[in-house]
Amino acid sequence: MSNPDMAEPITPPAGHVAEEAADDSVAPVATVGETDPAPAADSHPVKIRSRNVDVFYGDKQALFDLGIDIRARMVTALIGPSGCGKSTYIRCLNRMNDTIEIARVSGLIELDGQDIYSPDIDVVELRARVGIVFQKPNPFPKSIFENVAYGPRIHGLAAGKTDLEEIVVTSLTRAGLFEEVKDRLEDPGTGLSGGQQQRLCIARAIAVSPEVILMDEPCSALDPIATARVEELIDDLRKNYTIVIVTHSMQQAARVSQRTAMFHLGYLVEEGQTDAIFTNPTDKRTRDYITGRYG
Amino acid sequence: MASTYLALLIGFALAAYFAGARRAVALSAGNPASLHSRPAYHGFYAAILATAPGFAVLIGWWLFGGRVLDRIVGARFQVLLSAMSGPQQQAFIRDARNLAGGIVYGEPTPEKEAAAALYRSLFASTDIVLGLILAALAALGLVLALRTITARRRTRHFVERFVRGVLIACSVVAILTTIGIVLSLIFESLRFFQKVPFLDFLFGTHWSPQSAFVGAGGDGEIDAGVFGAVPLFAGTLLITLIAMLVATPIGLLAAIYLSDYASSKFRAVAKPVLEILAGVPTVVYGFFAALSVAPVIRRLGDGMGLSVSSESALAAGLVMGIMIIPFVSSLSDDIINSVPQALRDGSAGLGATKSETIRKVVLPAALPGIVSAMLLAVSRAVGELAAFALGLVLFCMTLALNVIALGVVARYRERYD
Ligand SMILES: Nc1ncnc2c1ncn2[C@@H]1O[C@H](COP(=O)(O)OP(=O)(O)O)[C@@H](O)[C@H]1O
Ligand SMILES: [Mg+2]
Repeated sequence: MSNPDMAEPITPPAGHVAEEAADDSVAPVATVGETDPAPAADSHPVKIRSRNVDVFYGDKQALFDLGIDIRARMVTALIGPSGCGKSTYIRCLNRMNDTIEIARVSGLIELDGQDIYSPDIDVVELRARVGIVFQKPNPFPKSIFENVAYGPRIHGLAAGKTDLEEIVVTSLTRAGLFEEVKDRLEDPGTGLSGGQQQRLCIARAIAVSPEVILMDEPCSALDPIATARVEELIDDLRKNYTIVIVTHSMQQAARVSQRTAMFHLGYLVEEGQTDAIFTNPTDKRTRDYITGRYG
Repeated sequence: MASTYLALLIGFALAAYFAGARRAVALSAGNPASLHSRPAYHGFYAAILATAPGFAVLIGWWLFGGRVLDRIVGARFQVLLSAMSGPQQQAFIRDARNLAGGIVYGEPTPEKEAAAALYRSLFASTDIVLGLILAALAALGLVLALRTITARRRTRHFVERFVRGVLIACSVVAILTTIGIVLSLIFESLRFFQKVPFLDFLFGTHWSPQSAFVGAGGDGEIDAGVFGAVPLFAGTLLITLIAMLVATPIGLLAAIYLSDYASSKFRAVAKPVLEILAGVPTVVYGFFAALSVAPVIRRLGDGMGLSVSSESALAAGLVMGIMIIPFVSSLSDDIINSVPQALRDGSAGLGATKSETIRKVVLPAALPGIVSAMLLAVSRAVGELAAFALGLVLFCMTLALNVIALGVVARYRERYD
């Protein structure tokens, strides 16, 4: 056990301990700053485990032998220069890469110990458990209400009209948008401001009660005030959800995340507690990147 | 000869451009910032001054020159022409002009030969006069331009104003043409309704305009009773309806397959093929379809104990429906494709299946475009099929279809971005 925070999971899913022990040999990435990890291991078991993940677009390999653990109810930030494979990785986690004809994924990705690429996994169910928010807000050209009700409708989550309304209101409230739109739920979602649209997309993702929310540069199209609101929201959401966020802003990563993973040219460079990564990175590439020397 | 002048004028414009630009460069004395406008604008300035009047004269001559010559010839042969009827006069002038140009129909009479000789001499002298006028205008313009070019001359403004003027002239032409078409349609219709009572037309149930005229171009009696438009309207509507019922599901489903299900390899082949097919005039398909589909329908009808003639609305509707399928599916495919991928991703990311995404997100977003595509396809087919029918009826129907289309679009528009 080189990795003390994995040693004593108290409430792990079935078979968790055995797998943890077995994978030490295939998790070659340096981890830093794990000096006080015990509380993390208790309340933040590994939610998504990736091992030996390779991704190809046609003949071009975009991810190389990736191994990383995403912890439950924490915000994990993925950083690294453009084109290093952050989006590719995040899209593996709810199999959005399935929609790209030329993409091919191999290796192991487990959600709560269950291989999400195994044939008996239903993608529809997986995506209900692992929601995604994209870089550019993409509300459907429907009313605000219908945008949020879309997911619950296709998954049959609401028993009736009142039930559905409750889900919509709850989701909008959790996304911090309800107060701003409560009088105009029938207005088109596309009429909102960029920041509101992004929070609508987050509400839309929350509405199907996912366990994990993936966010691919959710603030890069927003102004600083809207960004601050979304960051606040992310901090709030981490109590109930596991969050993976791609960001190009080092400040944002430092503000919202507890763990950070640095990618470079399709490889995972290092992964660990955010404050440790930022104050004391072990890898020169990470140090150069966070000090703005390249990227 | 006029086309030679056009070529010369274009060549001269080029030369004037370079002369103007070089003059500006020379004036700037190596300091480009001292020029108000860049040398290119001085070049355009010189080219415009040197050749724009020439182009105007040339266009004016093309539009009206022929008529002036016709007048002159007509005046010279007035005695002869006054004995002829209107169409005969026109034919005489036309034949003489063609004869002068070297085109001979049949055996020309000596009078026509004489008129042709007059035409030839007129052509020769006008060519010389035109050439002289053009040359003078061009020379004057160029001299004026080179004289007036100075470093601070605001030639950029001049060129911009000229471009604006040309654009305005073009749009005036477009508008006048449209007004002309509508007016002539209205006047022709008024003449028609002088012969055929309006109510008989609107509510009459007998439509066979071919039988109204005895002999080609005859001024004979017109039987007003055969212009009842009810069958025309009802028939067109019925045919359109049947065609829509055929073309909408097939065309739309084909478009959905092509845009969202087909592999990129299949699409790379199928899409251009479909586009080529959609570009073929629908009457061409109509011809094949009428030959192959109509008999099949008749046989089917016979098999079911019904007698379906190949001219029936059912047959015509099916044929029309089939012939607009490539058009409908190609157009719908473009529209479905233009729905942003981000919307599809958003839906898929929430766990929607492909068909749910298409039904609930893609199609609603594409609906206004698809409806317009349908109406466009139908009005195109109606236009081509019923070209023999009355212009005004078609005009009104197309107008109505367009108004409906606009209304539908406004009603269902789901904006993205
Ligand atoms: N749909 C795709 N088709 C082909 N190559 C792709 C596709 N998406 C991403 N790539 C390639 O994969 C690599 C990683 O891209 P991406 O994951 O988007 O990087 P990041 O999000 O870190 O900027 C890049 O080299 C990119 O060109
Ligand atoms: Mg990216």
